[in-house]
Amino acid sequence: MEIKQIKVTVNGEPRVVEVEPRLLCVHMLREVLGLTGTHLGCDTTSCGACTVLLDGLPVKSCTLFGIQTDGHELTTVEGLGWPSELHPVQEGFSEEHGLQCGFCTPGMMLTAAALLEDTPNPTDDDIRWAISGNLCRCTGYQNIIKSVHWAARKMEAVHGR
Amino acid sequence: MAVDEISVGGLGARVKRVEDDRLIRGKGNFTDDFKLPGMLHMEILRSPHAHARILSVDTTKAWAIPGVHLVLTGELMAQRNLAWMPTLSYDTQAVLAMDKVRFQGQEVAAVVADDPYIAKDACEAIEVTYDPLPAIVNPMQAVADDAPLIRDDKDGQTDNICYRWEVGDKARTDRAFERAARVVKLDCFYPRSHPSPIECCGTIADYNPATAKLTLYMTTQAPHIIRTAVALVAELPEHMIRVIAPDIGGGFGNKVPVYPGYVVATLASILVGRPVKWIEDKTGNLISTGFARDMYFRGELAIDHRGKIEALRIDVDTDNGAFFSDAQPTKFKVGLLHSAFACYDIPHGHLTSQGHYTNKAPGGVAYRCSFRVTEAMFFQERLIAAAAQDIGMDPAEFRRINFVREFPWRTTYGMLLDSGEYDKCLTLALDKLGYTELRQQQAEARKQGRYIGIGISTMTEPLGAGNSREFDIIGIKMFDSAELRVHPSGKAVLKIGSKTQGQGHETTFAQIVTHELGIPSTDILVQHGDTDNTPFGMGTYASRSTPTAGAATSMASRKVRAKARKLAAHLLEVSEDDLEWELGRFYVRDAPQRGATIQDCALAAYTNMPDGLEPGLENHAYYDPPNMTWPFAAYLAAVEIDPETGVWEVLRFVAVDDCGVRINPMIVEGQIMGGLAEAFAMSNMQFITFDSTGNCIGANYMDFLLPTAWETPKWELHEVVTPCPHHPIGAKGVGECATVGGPAAFVNAVMDALAPLGVRNIDMPVFSGRVWEAMTQQHDVSGVPPLAGH
Repeated sequence: MEIKQIKVTVNGEPRVVEVEPRLLCVHMLREVLGLTGTHLGCDTTSCGACTVLLDGLPVKSCTLFGIQTDGHELTTVEGLGWPSELHPVQEGFSEEHGLQCGFCTPGMMLTAAALLEDTPNPTDDDIRWAISGNLCRCTGYQNIIKSVHWAARKMEAVHGR
Repeated sequence: MAVDEISVGGLGARVKRVEDDRLIRGKGNFTDDFKLPGMLHMEILRSPHAHARILSVDTTKAWAIPGVHLVLTGELMAQRNLAWMPTLSYDTQAVLAMDKVRFQGQEVAAVVADDPYIAKDACEAIEVTYDPLPAIVNPMQAVADDAPLIRDDKDGQTDNICYRWEVGDKARTDRAFERAARVVKLDCFYPRSHPSPIECCGTIADYNPATAKLTLYMTTQAPHIIRTAVALVAELPEHMIRVIAPDIGGGFGNKVPVYPGYVVATLASILVGRPVKWIEDKTGNLISTGFARDMYFRGELAIDHRGKIEALRIDVDTDNGAFFSDAQPTKFKVGLLHSAFACYDIPHGHLTSQGHYTNKAPGGVAYRCSFRVTEAMFFQERLIAAAAQDIGMDPAEFRRINFVREFPWRTTYGMLLDSGEYDKCLTLALDKLGYTELRQQQAEARKQGRYIGIGISTMTEPLGAGNSREFDIIGIKMFDSAELRVHPSGKAVLKIGSKTQGQGHETTFAQIVTHELGIPSTDILVQHGDTDNTPFGMGTYASRSTPTAGAATSMASRKVRAKARKLAAHLLEVSEDDLEWELGRFYVRDAPQRGATIQDCALAAYTNMPDGLEPGLENHAYYDPPNMTWPFAAYLAAVEIDPETGVWEVLRFVAVDDCGVRINPMIVEGQIMGGLAEAFAMSNMQFITFDSTGNCIGANYMDFLLPTAWETPKWELHEVVTPCPHHPIGAKGVGECATVGGPAAFVNAVMDALAPLGVRNIDMPVFSGRVWEAMTQQHDVSGVPPLAGH
């Protein structure tokens, strides 16, 4: 199979990656780049466990080829927050018990982080709509919504917005 | 001074979860995250037919693909005596099909290759010739005169029945029905569903030819059972098998059984001498692994003129798929179905059930329930609601006058209830909902042509199997275990036989030790899921971990405390009899200021033990529960149906759970809310059905619908605490109550709204289309497969 070289920025770091054109983005991240925080759930863009940010927007990496990210920026759960500090969304999920098995959590948090970039003070319905592409089987969602509110409050307190 | 229990993270503390740190960073270790040196990848070729004879399997083209290391067929498995395996219900199941395929998605062949893409390519290159046979997709077809025999592989099997079971007193029940003032009947179908954790099943089989040790990384809820089962099936020495269940992305019962993929990957690793990873895709998971439910109920109640239930009769047909591989206790062929109506005082009852082979996936599992209790409680509450409606009594009042009020109580079908305050729970739920006012609003709304309904579901369920007298799986008694080591500095490691899949054991089991010893929960590491360094346990399912392994944790801690007392007596130079215990500390009865903390005792156990006392501070316990724990729940749903579309919206949902003492209320509430979401899912959208040729409808997340945050209602939670009288810390199981009791609340609410139209039953899922049909045609709507129009 033909191998292509692509340039993609992953979690702020420029990377040169060799991929088969048919290699899914989720597999590129997990198998080639070793970023196993992005999980593969359903293969059909339905569950959102594989959600990553492509140029800041949430996408399902199970229905995106790695080669399509050539020249773009990807953010995975490993790139949320900073080396010495968690992202407020990560803190919020722990504070408000927004996760149980933790399998949907990386995708859920990335979607929530993207929401808060655009909508710093979301309503319950804003959050429910934003994460409606991310399935969770453990929590019944209520604590996830509280987690996102917690993060919004923290971001407002820290950034004064 | 005793330590303050809440501040050190003991019983009742809302301790934040230990597990979260790794999971929110994307640093969890799920089975698919492991990458072993030299690891190969396996994919499975599945049958497109539901029922067909296999004429030939040609693997030539698959072998020719570069990167392919091994192609496995039934014939190859048979050479190792592994073409068939025993099931957890004493039947047999094909590992890779040889003679026939018996359900769509059945495993036919497998390929091991350098990467999963190559393995998938090679699976497509395998040429299988089939001769299709008629497919059976429900029990009625299975017992028809012209039904094909599905299990023609079994000597002596002449029909499609896989078990018959009964319990209760038929003669007395019959007499009670003969003299009954009223008899109320209900038939309904609980559709097939799937636990569907977001993470699918998988394993890495790593057989080391140099040491002959087999290590299995596996998405299993029951690693110790898997180790024993692999030892028996593959005839490998058990001490040379290590099962590691790492982080698991949800289980809900789906990850209890032994699946063909595990066996094939194990043999593949032995044959190639390298690690072999097999991770199912979502369709493989939904189409072939442990389904749930698929039961046909016929039931009736004999009721006297005051509304008191005199007798109960239930007859159930179960659809068990192509192989009887239900994961359930040996003695009970239809799980704990006989827990039905346990919370009601009913003098006489009889229950009959028969299982059927069909051309559908095998492996009935307890999907977030304690072995068929979800079905039991659903039917119970549907029949109770129908009876209240038929006799014209308020459904809350009808429940109240029939509740069990004394404990312990022997139920109609012979189970022993331990405790409960049913009336108190129901009353609290009604108050929180504002039941009386809502009934008035409902009456007003009806005058305006609006359809508001209130659904009630009350139930107690048996959680925490076993006791060992009645409960075993493949002969192994259903106890559980814990082992506690306290290090010299007072920090501790707890190893348990159960295995979390999100329940938070690493947090809550430490809290139990804290409650017993006063060691802060942050000083306790909980280990689980690795058979080489945890005591034998039956795993985590059926809400059994707290009732069994949690109890074992208490008992092991108490043994440690008993030894610490000897050390304290030595340190304080008094007799053991002169010591009193308060949390975290022994003190001299007559001089309370003189004391030794548990940490003092731990240090002494290694540095300053008295003559004759064995060094060290550790112990273990295997706990065989005297009974199951019986939590109670009262769930109330208020819905409004759009008369234009049949879409129903949940206006309110009030849940009152009494699960005894709560170890970590935050985690308990999380489990209840998660369970309610699954209850809503089953009532509203989530099911698997089949067309007349056995095609599975519900084989991916575009057909098998799960509720998103947008559809999922808001939950209002409340609690009552009735401590379990036989559990060391008074706790009961809880993880599944909401899934078990929840569905009937939603369905009863929709039926209550439709009551004026004379509609008595719509089978789940209560789709808007089915509601629309019921409203416009004013008749009941069945959900029995094959799906209409297919």
